[in-house]
Amino acid sequence: MENNKQIFEFERPIYDLITRLEEMKAITSENQVDMSGAVAVLEKNILELKNNIYSNLNRWQKVQISRHTNRPYTLDYIEAITTEFTELFGDRQVKDDKAMVGGFARIGEYPVMIIGQQKGRDLKSRQFRNFGMPNPEGYRKALRLMRLAEKFGVPVITLIDTPGAYPGLEAEERGQGEAIARNLLEMSVLKTPVICVVIGEGASGGALGIGIGDKVYMLEHTWYSVISPESCSSILWRTWEKKELAAEALKLSAQDNLELGIIDGIIPEPLGGAHYDHQFVFNALKEQLLSDLDVLTKTDTPTLIQNRIEKFSKMGVVDYI
Amino acid sequence: MSWYKRISENILTPTSEKKEVPDGIWTQCPGCKTAISTKTIHKNAYVCTTCNHHLQIGSREYFEILFDENEFTEMDANMISADPLEFKDTKAYPDRLIDSIKKTKLKDAVRTAHGKSNGLDLVVVCMDFSFIGGSMGSVVGEKICNAVKFCIENRFPLLIISRSGGARMMEGALSLMQMAKISANLALLSQNGLPYISLMTDPTTGGVTASYAMLGDLNIAEPNALIGFAGPRVIKETIGQNLPEGFQRSEFLLEHGFLDFIIDRKDLKDKLSSLLKIMQKLPSGE
Repeated sequence: MENNKQIFEFERPIYDLITRLEEMKAITSENQVDMSGAVAVLEKNILELKNNIYSNLNRWQKVQISRHTNRPYTLDYIEAITTEFTELFGDRQVKDDKAMVGGFARIGEYPVMIIGQQKGRDLKSRQFRNFGMPNPEGYRKALRLMRLAEKFGVPVITLIDTPGAYPGLEAEERGQGEAIARNLLEMSVLKTPVICVVIGEGASGGALGIGIGDKVYMLEHTWYSVISPESCSSILWRTWEKKELAAEALKLSAQDNLELGIIDGIIPEPLGGAHYDHQFVFNALKEQLLSDLDVLTKTDTPTLIQNRIEKFSKMGVVDYI
Repeated sequence: MSWYKRISENILTPTSEKKEVPDGIWTQCPGCKTAISTKTIHKNAYVCTTCNHHLQIGSREYFEILFDENEFTEMDANMISADPLEFKDTKAYPDRLIDSIKKTKLKDAVRTAHGKSNGLDLVVVCMDFSFIGGSMGSVVGEKICNAVKFCIENRFPLLIISRSGGARMMEGALSLMQMAKISANLALLSQNGLPYISLMTDPTTGGVTASYAMLGDLNIAEPNALIGFAGPRVIKETIGQNLPEGFQRSEFLLEHGFLDFIIDRKDLKDKLSSLLKIMQKLPSGE
């Protein structure tokens, strides 16, 4: 916990107690006084406070956790849960998009094609990865890799983590809308199993562009919606300041999306979020993927596609007068 | 054709659809500011007779332009939006819906209908920008998917006329999923070998561009329509410089290879029949 420099305001009470605990321990060792009773009480209080705060996170707090810079990113997951990963580059048309990565690998004994948006951690790598915002080339590269997987009957796994598709001039010139649209259509009838997992931010079309799967999951403290809370605030409230209200209104958490029938399940994170214990989420994700690969690789392709289309066709709520 | 015969064929065009414009009413063209008789503009497919500016019109006008004698059968006419998120911004979503219904006399941002166009069977999906910016929520998704299914069952071609600001925020991720839902159903239409023509009109942006609007066998647009994924304001803020003249307009998309052609609204009906006949291998005289 102490290694995480980025502390959120709502975590402050926990860190205040931790500071007191450290002071107490320091006094104990310096002055040779026995404070073990008080230390135990404080440790118990800290744990209770953590449980209390982290199990009552509001939606905006979850959005903040989903963006924590010490969360594992796509390549971290790939390194941790796969073997024999070979990264494959380029869309074969324009260039290689650094905000979208992918390649062949194995998860357990299963050959897979694993694809995802990639963010950077420091200023330089963030710019290199374009903040995880793909251009059309990224979506076309992802589609190229999915088609390659389809050709050899290899299941596709996508890891979603993007603040949105890049809204740039060249992105428009090269057909950002068309690139995403094409992926939606092709993924819905891809003749191989597809599993999608939101590992951080699931912002709108940029996320959905690699998000059509037989199974779609979200990690516990991630968000997935039609728009970011900040942009929603700026459009509907005409100010950037109502992002907390917007996050609540959008019902964008993993729990909300499960209730709305948009995702198939939630993959648990350690107390406080994935950045507190990477190995915890690596294990949880790998376990979920292996159990789905067991089932999906045994399902015949027409059934797989029919179920996939039916699943998405059921999404939405309407009324009649 | 008698009224009863029309009922039995399930053609139920309400009287309110049939527009009678009295003489002596004038419309100012938003393009060239010329005052033109409203009747003249209507007869000219709502296109300015002076500067060829295409006025922003909705499903009533497009159905009138495309369906023979303005006769068509509307599908899902009683479908309205629910409020699955209990969404509230400065206004509660149900209140926003009621206001829009009152103001526009529409029930949501899309209408779907089938009928004859130059004697050919055609399913037309048409968005109405006047209803919450033509935004796509569950109703838009469900109506379009039902129209696609109807096309597959009857082996009819599909035309979707887009005019939308994108996905509807008030239905959150459910709106986003309509992009997936419609695209998946369009994949089925395509597998059935049925033609789908996507007509983009001013403006077509966001999640609509990033799904069905760009998935036509033919992607076509009216002249000078704004078409894009991100809106011009967002792009301008992102890149920190002014956008070039004509950026994201139909002509720009055509030059960059994303449109098959640009069509003048006055020529739309005949061009559609001609192409749909070729695509369905029907004789030209039919």
